Amino acid sequence: MLVGAVLAAALIGAVMLVILGANPLTGYAALIEGAFGGTKNLANSALKAMPLLLVGAGISVAFRTGVINIGGEGQIIAGAIVATLVVLAVPDLPRFVLLPLAFLFGAIGGAIWGGMAGALKSYAGVNEILSTIMLNIIAVQILNLLLRGPLMDPGEIEKGSRIPHTERLSANADLPILPGGTRLHLGVVVAVLMAVVCYVVLFRTTQGLRLRASGHNPFASLYAGMSVKRNVVLAFMYSGAMCGLAGVTLVFGSEGHRLATDGGATTFTGAAGFNGIVAALFGGLHPLWTIPASFLFGALLVGANALQRAVQVPAALILALNGLVVVFVVSSLQARIRLSQAVSRMAGKEEPTDDLAGDDRQTPGKADPP
Amino acid sequence: MTEFLTVSVLLATLASGIRLATPFLLAALGETISQRSGVLNLGVEGVMLLGAYGAYYATLRTDSVVLGILVSLVVGGVMGIAYGVVTLALKAEQGISGIGIFIFGLGLSDLLFQKQVGTPTPIDGLGDVALPLLGDLPVVGEVLFHQNILVYVAFLLVPALWFVVNRTPFGLNVRAVGETPEAADSLGVSVNRTRYITIFVGNAMAGLAGGALALELGIFQQNLTNGHGFIAIALVYFGAWRPTGVMAGAMVFGLVSATVLQWKTLGIVVGTTASIVGMFPAVLTILVLVLVSRRTGQPSALTRPFERGH
Repeated sequence: MLVGAVLAAALIGAVMLVILGANPLTGYAALIEGAFGGTKNLANSALKAMPLLLVGAGISVAFRTGVINIGGEGQIIAGAIVATLVVLAVPDLPRFVLLPLAFLFGAIGGAIWGGMAGALKSYAGVNEILSTIMLNIIAVQILNLLLRGPLMDPGEIEKGSRIPHTERLSANADLPILPGGTRLHLGVVVAVLMAVVCYVVLFRTTQGLRLRASGHNPFASLYAGMSVKRNVVLAFMYSGAMCGLAGVTLVFGSEGHRLATDGGATTFTGAAGFNGIVAALFGGLHPLWTIPASFLFGALLVGANALQRAVQVPAALILALNGLVVVFVVSSLQARIRLSQAVSRMAGKEEPTDDLAGDDRQTPGKADPP
Repeated sequence: MTEFLTVSVLLATLASGIRLATPFLLAALGETISQRSGVLNLGVEGVMLLGAYGAYYATLRTDSVVLGILVSLVVGGVMGIAYGVVTLALKAEQGISGIGIFIFGLGLSDLLFQKQVGTPTPIDGLGDVALPLLGDLPVVGEVLFHQNILVYVAFLLVPALWFVVNRTPFGLNVRAVGETPEAADSLGVSVNRTRYITIFVGNAMAGLAGGALALELGIFQQNLTNGHGFIAIALVYFGAWRPTGVMAGAMVFGLVSATVLQWKTLGIVVGTTASIVGMFPAVLTILVLVLVSRRTGQPSALTRPFERGH
């Protein structure tokens, strides 16, 4: 079913390529070559997958707790800003202190930004989809404000070019390049490790059980004495912390080693906050399955640039197709559940449903009188 | 700062507020009818972007604003049919599929713009039309009743939507389907057919809202809407699912945006403070949602797919 969702999206993409006057075979061949051809391209795909994995593994925790976190973008930015401020404040600390500190404060920044949406949902009744989108807009504006104001590279002000980015951050905070002659750096290792941590927390701890219980049946969880409201805030903080880590890897693993913005809504994140959701859904909201899923989507994003060069169709095509993958995955999920229900119904078995009121033998017109 | 308080400046702000409220209002009214029937459409932002691009491109190529408006409606309608199939036939989770539509619209509108237009080329947007009689009023008429046609359409849709929802058999069906689809179904009302219609209308209006924005600005760029669609959804909560309440919310946002623009031109906000001002609508949305969260009126069956026998 999941593969079907990608194939369907790829098919629609091919039709779109034809409509735009490009040869889909040439385009897709370039995409696959650009994504998987050779060590260098594979390494670039893994680098692109890194923030998607961090965001996606965190999203899995949130979605399984029953909260829809669309605020990845804002939480990435919040984590990146806090970590950057810390590194600017104490640039001379040795690497083995400074780098963990950057990660720690990045996670805290993301957790605070995510926790705000959680608290708004739990204690003020604000729909989290709307609040996270608004928090994204606010985070972008704060980033632009800081980079055009107090955090702007003094060199830029001197030159008068005023490009909105920070100075080159302390070399002690650079993510070390892994051996092997590629651009792969420590961030990729951190991403995989943190995905495993998410898996352990979610499936191997009492806290994780509570979170999943809150998402599966909030009423039963409440009845069992859990604080669903607290779990919602916690899930948002976990998810936000993961996004914050993604922000850290994006800043300190970037080629310029600085925090930058394009002044628009996409800034430096490359829409990872949204593409991470796609990876998480594709990974079945399971942190470990999100590892290969995010590699696939990272590869697609890298390949998109090769496709753009080969057939002159903008890489935004892949973002559009990612949207379709989301729609197809959630559609086929439901289709699959109903298919299995129909099969068990035909086999005459009682289907397991979580809806206590559901009674198959009752037809709408013949309900018992009250 | 005395010039800020003169009558002409205040009137100009009001007029520009009405104009800026129009895309919010169109999208939010469409979302209202969709939610009254029990369907949450979170893809508004994506549909608005596609509608905006459609209107921009059609106008750019043909110089016909009317064609631009039509294209935005058609684009929205097509997206409505697609969203109907996804949420009604396939019963996909509405929150997440809406986000998928948003990402799709964000990517596709950017793709088409880069491929088909490339460099931002301004178009002649909608011209102002003077309303008969009202437009001739001294001072006020010149400012308030010389607006583009979509402004009048949006504000006329408020009473129209109220009438349809509260005073017609179809509106009764919509409300029944949104509150207790089981009861509506038992009385022979087709739940899904009613919802197909409301989703279609809601998305067409979202497309039109995008078109209104593009034709008002006379330009298209990546992520042109920048949260308009999501704010429109918040306005439905603000307005407690009533057209007049939604209109009040849209006016608040329009006036706030207009005041901000006014301050910019008068030099009250400069430089980096523009960013503070830029986050204002988002902060306002959150505050508004906090204030109205305890309010009742949400359709009981919102986001719940209908399945017979449950």
